[in-house]
Amino acid sequence: MSGARVLVGTRKGAFVLTADGKRERWQVSGPHFAGWEIYHVKGSPADPDRLYASQSSGWFGQVIQRSCDGGKTWETPGGGVTKTPDGMPTGESNRFVYDASPETGKPLTTHQWYDGTQHPWEFKRVWHLEPSLADPDTVYAGVEDAGLFRTSDGATTWRELAGLRGHGTGPKWQPGAGGMCLHTILLDPSNSARIYVAISAAGAFRSDDGGKTWKPINRGLRSQYIPDPNAEVGHCVHRIAMHRSRPNVLFMQKHWDVMRSDDAGDSWREISGDLPTDFGFVIDVHAHEPETVYVVPIKNDSEHFVPDGKLRVYRSRTGGNEWEALTKGLPQSDCYVNVLRDAMAVDALEPCGVYFGTTGGQVYASANGGDSWAPIVRDLPAVLSVEVQTLP
Amino acid sequence: MIRVVLPPHLRTLAHVKGEVMLDVDGHVTLRSVLDALEARYPVLRGTIREHVTERRRPFLRFFACERDLSHELPDAPLPEAVASGAEPFIVLGAIAGG
Repeated sequence: MSGARVLVGTRKGAFVLTADGKRERWQVSGPHFAGWEIYHVKGSPADPDRLYASQSSGWFGQVIQRSCDGGKTWETPGGGVTKTPDGMPTGESNRFVYDASPETGKPLTTHQWYDGTQHPWEFKRVWHLEPSLADPDTVYAGVEDAGLFRTSDGATTWRELAGLRGHGTGPKWQPGAGGMCLHTILLDPSNSARIYVAISAAGAFRSDDGGKTWKPINRGLRSQYIPDPNAEVGHCVHRIAMHRSRPNVLFMQKHWDVMRSDDAGDSWREISGDLPTDFGFVIDVHAHEPETVYVVPIKNDSEHFVPDGKLRVYRSRTGGNEWEALTKGLPQSDCYVNVLRDAMAVDALEPCGVYFGTTGGQVYASANGGDSWAPIVRDLPAVLSVEVQTLP
Repeated sequence: MIRVVLPPHLRTLAHVKGEVMLDVDGHVTLRSVLDALEARYPVLRGTIREHVTERRRPFLRFFACERDLSHELPDAPLPEAVASGAEPFIVLGAIAGG
């Protein structure tokens, strides 16, 4: 019987939650990499047993972990692999070095700092890992300070796609409150040369040649608190989502405003409609209904928790503007959690499952497209990311 | 043999228990000890010293023989007691949050 495997990254480790297709009873495994921040865990669409995890720490830096058995065991792939006496691999996999070679054309050395001065690029961590749709050994990594890296050897070595950082607007990028992170990577299932990324606070960018060259795609975004509200770059995009059947239609949760593009990001229009607040982090699309979109409104940019003490997912079945609150099974009093930008996912089962994790350590699941919810776990460390795999 | 004490998270990462014992050729310095450590456990590359620059990561410190060696030059000799194996070389996480 088919099933679901939910991959959860938290402030203090990773957890793997599994269930059969009914999604009623869950097995919890973890913590994996206990005590480390796990910004993201994601499986390969081409091989569901192949998982990648971003493990990091302010003390010890970045490590990439790989599993070839669906998360039961993990290894650190990398050059110069040696084994401990008990046979555990200890390979290097944490080398993310910005490309400063002459071949990149015009390698950048600085971006805008909080105070408007220029500041050198400094690698801090991997926020998001996006495995290729076709090859389990190819993965894209979005990092802080914002850059895009790719491995084609199963995370053994990583190389920057420097055309993004070097395309010309980099000196205008600046950090958001969480740092200057590349947090969203979308691969077009109908066009292997097309990649979308989003950066806080720079905006959205698109490549149509497999990542060699890039252009900003932020026309229609308006951000009140930057010098030019309609600037080409400088917008704090929090998340972008697409439905695989319509890769030219993009949905965006910006710092403020929920937005939509019907032309692959060339232009955007606001679809916040009747949301109680249009600030938020996550956005996702129903697996079988490309016009059904989910967001979790957050009170505002200085109070990062749900409004009125009520945890409500909002669903639009009309591609935006008209939203309904989904509350059944979610706390409707005294709740003050946040749902971070990578912490919502949908499965492809029937009916579509929707999952999200909170900074309070709960992971909620709905096995009916959001009509009702139940916690899978209630007391994990703060949840940074949630992904789900639909298992055959 | 040089004795090295790693913080718990790095012991877990490298799959080691207790002290690490290292052979170091030539002069026993911060650089030669850390080079030997990383050669034996490549997973530790980048976790103690930054890639490329090989600078000590900001929240880590080095101690031995009740001395703070964090700011010693990379090629300065470590104390004789470390070189002889009488005392361990300690890599310690600075306390800076939870």
